[in-house]
Amino acid sequence: MSGKMKHTGIAAEFNPARRKFLGAIAGVASVTLAPGVILYGITRSGDARARKPGTAASPDVRWGLLIDVNHCDSGCDKCVSACVEENGLQGHGRPATDPQWIRKVKIHDPDTGLSQSLPVMCQHCAEPPCVDVCPTGASFKRADGIVLVDRHRCIGCRYCMMACPYKARSFVHEEIEDQKTYAPRGKGTVEACTLCIHRVDSDRLPACVEACNDAGGGAMLFGDLKDPNSEIARRVARYASQQIRGDLGLDPGVRYRNLST
Amino acid sequence: MSLRRIFIVLVAVFMAWVVPGEAQTVPEKKIGNNSVLLPAIPRGQGDHCVADADFMRRNHMTMLMHQRDETVRQGIRGKPFSLKECVACHAVEGPDAMPVTVASPQHFCRACHDYAAVSIDCFQCHASRPDVVTDAGGQGGVVRGAARE
Amino acid sequence: MKRIIFSEIDGRSTGFRGLAAVLGGFFLIGLAAVLYVEHAGHYVTGGSNQVVWGLPDVFAMFLIVSASGVLNVAIISSVFRKTPYRPLERLSCLLAIAMLLGGLMILVLDLGRPDRVIVAMLNRNFKSVFAWNFYLYTGFIAVVVLYLWMQMERRMNRFILAAGLLAFAWRIALTTGSGSIYGVLVAREAYSAIMGPMFVAMSFSFGLAVYILVLLAACKGIDREIGAVLLRRLGRLLGIFIVAVLYFATVQHLVNLYAAEHSGVERFILLDGGIYTLLFWGGQVIIGGLVPLALIFISSRGGAPLSGRTVALASVMVIVGAFSQLYVLIIGGQVYPLPLFPGMEVSSSFYDGVINTYTPSLPELALGLGGVALAGLVVLFGMKLLRFMPATLANARTNT
Repeated sequence: MSGKMKHTGIAAEFNPARRKFLGAIAGVASVTLAPGVILYGITRSGDARARKPGTAASPDVRWGLLIDVNHCDSGCDKCVSACVEENGLQGHGRPATDPQWIRKVKIHDPDTGLSQSLPVMCQHCAEPPCVDVCPTGASFKRADGIVLVDRHRCIGCRYCMMACPYKARSFVHEEIEDQKTYAPRGKGTVEACTLCIHRVDSDRLPACVEACNDAGGGAMLFGDLKDPNSEIARRVARYASQQIRGDLGLDPGVRYRNLST
Repeated sequence: MSLRRIFIVLVAVFMAWVVPGEAQTVPEKKIGNNSVLLPAIPRGQGDHCVADADFMRRNHMTMLMHQRDETVRQGIRGKPFSLKECVACHAVEGPDAMPVTVASPQHFCRACHDYAAVSIDCFQCHASRPDVVTDAGGQGGVVRGAARE
Repeated sequence: MKRIIFSEIDGRSTGFRGLAAVLGGFFLIGLAAVLYVEHAGHYVTGGSNQVVWGLPDVFAMFLIVSASGVLNVAIISSVFRKTPYRPLERLSCLLAIAMLLGGLMILVLDLGRPDRVIVAMLNRNFKSVFAWNFYLYTGFIAVVVLYLWMQMERRMNRFILAAGLLAFAWRIALTTGSGSIYGVLVAREAYSAIMGPMFVAMSFSFGLAVYILVLLAACKGIDREIGAVLLRRLGRLLGIFIVAVLYFATVQHLVNLYAAEHSGVERFILLDGGIYTLLFWGGQVIIGGLVPLALIFISSRGGAPLSGRTVALASVMVIVGAFSQLYVLIIGGQVYPLPLFPGMEVSSSFYDGVINTYTPSLPELALGLGGVALAGLVVLFGMKLLRFMPATLANARTNT
């Protein structure tokens, strides 16, 4: 195979205004992949370590989220709109069949009167039931803990949606056009939150986390749960946190702080 | 038996009638003494593709398929045989100065696949043109290449 | 034992042609519905991200569960040596294959990407109950074809018992596997481990009801008589199977009620679930259980014969109950919300914490009926092509 890298002159086309904006929020890292090919990205706070191109996701990493419910404003859904924008999830105005990868859930405790609001998305379980039940192996867990649907194998049986305790998955009920190049999705297959895998693989934060930070909420922290020096690992070690339906023993990678259930 | 023969003749006549009709949009080329109908394949950008044209013509599907599984399931990125890169480098501008989607017969992949009568379902899920970003000023632009991320 | 004479049916009567045309019509309408849904997308069905399996799955489960149930008639004859059932063996096998094909057709064509069935065949996740069922379903057809061969080829008759035992084991596994599709869903409160064995009981009852109706119709259609003794046996056997299904349903709900965390879903099904409560009590328990039970055992008290009409009526009621039960189980089980935050009042834009709605659509009904029609066509043409039907079912041959 005589693979020759093709150079497309990215640096020139990269929108300077956007670049400045991105730089302002997180600092732009640039990595030279090959002469002329430059990789831009926003570094994750604290633990910048983009995987080298050509290497596989590592089982030494487990990506996770820590969501502080006390910092989540019930009137805010910036994380949701960021997800829709990033992944091109604009619906058809039919709420029952339009997909939702992340949603804000309001909970109210009838005994105490406490009300809370929190985002719920795919919980990226260590023992995902969706992966167990999938007949073709389309549902799978990547080495670094991200649970995905391989749409090349998905036959649209929707068994994973029956098995998921979090109602995290959506079935694409209609034709989709103008997908994002980095987020392919199509009619007749099942999809869910990918933790913005295209961003994570290039050392950027998931869109929801970035949006929450931008909005000054700071309720969402993304990082490697297996790296003892990462911010998320330090925080879950220091403060009590919990998983939704932790009783099911699925060990989700998404954890919540100050959740009153 | 004679019925079958009549049927075959009818099919042959039908094909002879239909096939040249389909090929009218296709340029004709003299190779030796033979006149050959060729697909109108738009050129990509840059000097050359990620591999020799001959190799790509015969093996692009295998390379794409192999790399796709590596990327989706193992997270291996940055390798040369990326559908996203095909779409970006071979984008064809339409009348509105924006890259055409696979809905247009001029689309790079479609031009050849129509000619070869091989149907593909890649673009039922994948974007068939580069991402279009809209600036605050309302100016549309196209982002090309892996460097976006 | 006297030899039983089997023959093909003539298949040139107006009745045969009319039935074939009607079934063919339903089959084609079913296929048209599939094209429509696959082209437009599943949003045109009653399904949603809340209720992902709808009416087609009710039909498919009915056909698949009944497919293994109709096979019991053959097994009672060859494994349990009840000679009165011997003339019914072949039809039993034919029906089993036909209904499984009908059910599989619905399951496959209701997929989001039925064009990718080949993908499902090349990539298999062996931890998935669906993947097991793929082998159970295809294997079932192979086993039953083998079993039929042993019956139809006289030199192979000595292997009938062995083939029957294999078929019996296989069909128990198949129905357990089908029920376990739901049984393994830990997060859905309406389902539990009892699904597997309960589906076995359901298959006995639904399958026999279907068998009785096909047998009565076939005998009427081709003017072959059916003896009162056989009819009484079949009717009372159906009664026993109805009791078994009621028993499992009772255990299912009583045990689930005992756990406080499941009181919500039980309250929904049993008390205030609207159509689901109505279908449970009215369809499943009364029409599908208590009434046919009373009808059969009261009519046949003290050795009284059961008329074909009584047995047919009871069978129809069992089938109505079957659809009610599967509808409540499959759709009712999804309509009730998942408990993400037990004990909390929950709301969101994604229908968390609310009872979901499901209204079956016409294309889904058409696909379901298309599957039934396919099963019917296979039976009809099977009887025309091969010797499935006994020459007579009169009493003389059915004495034990």
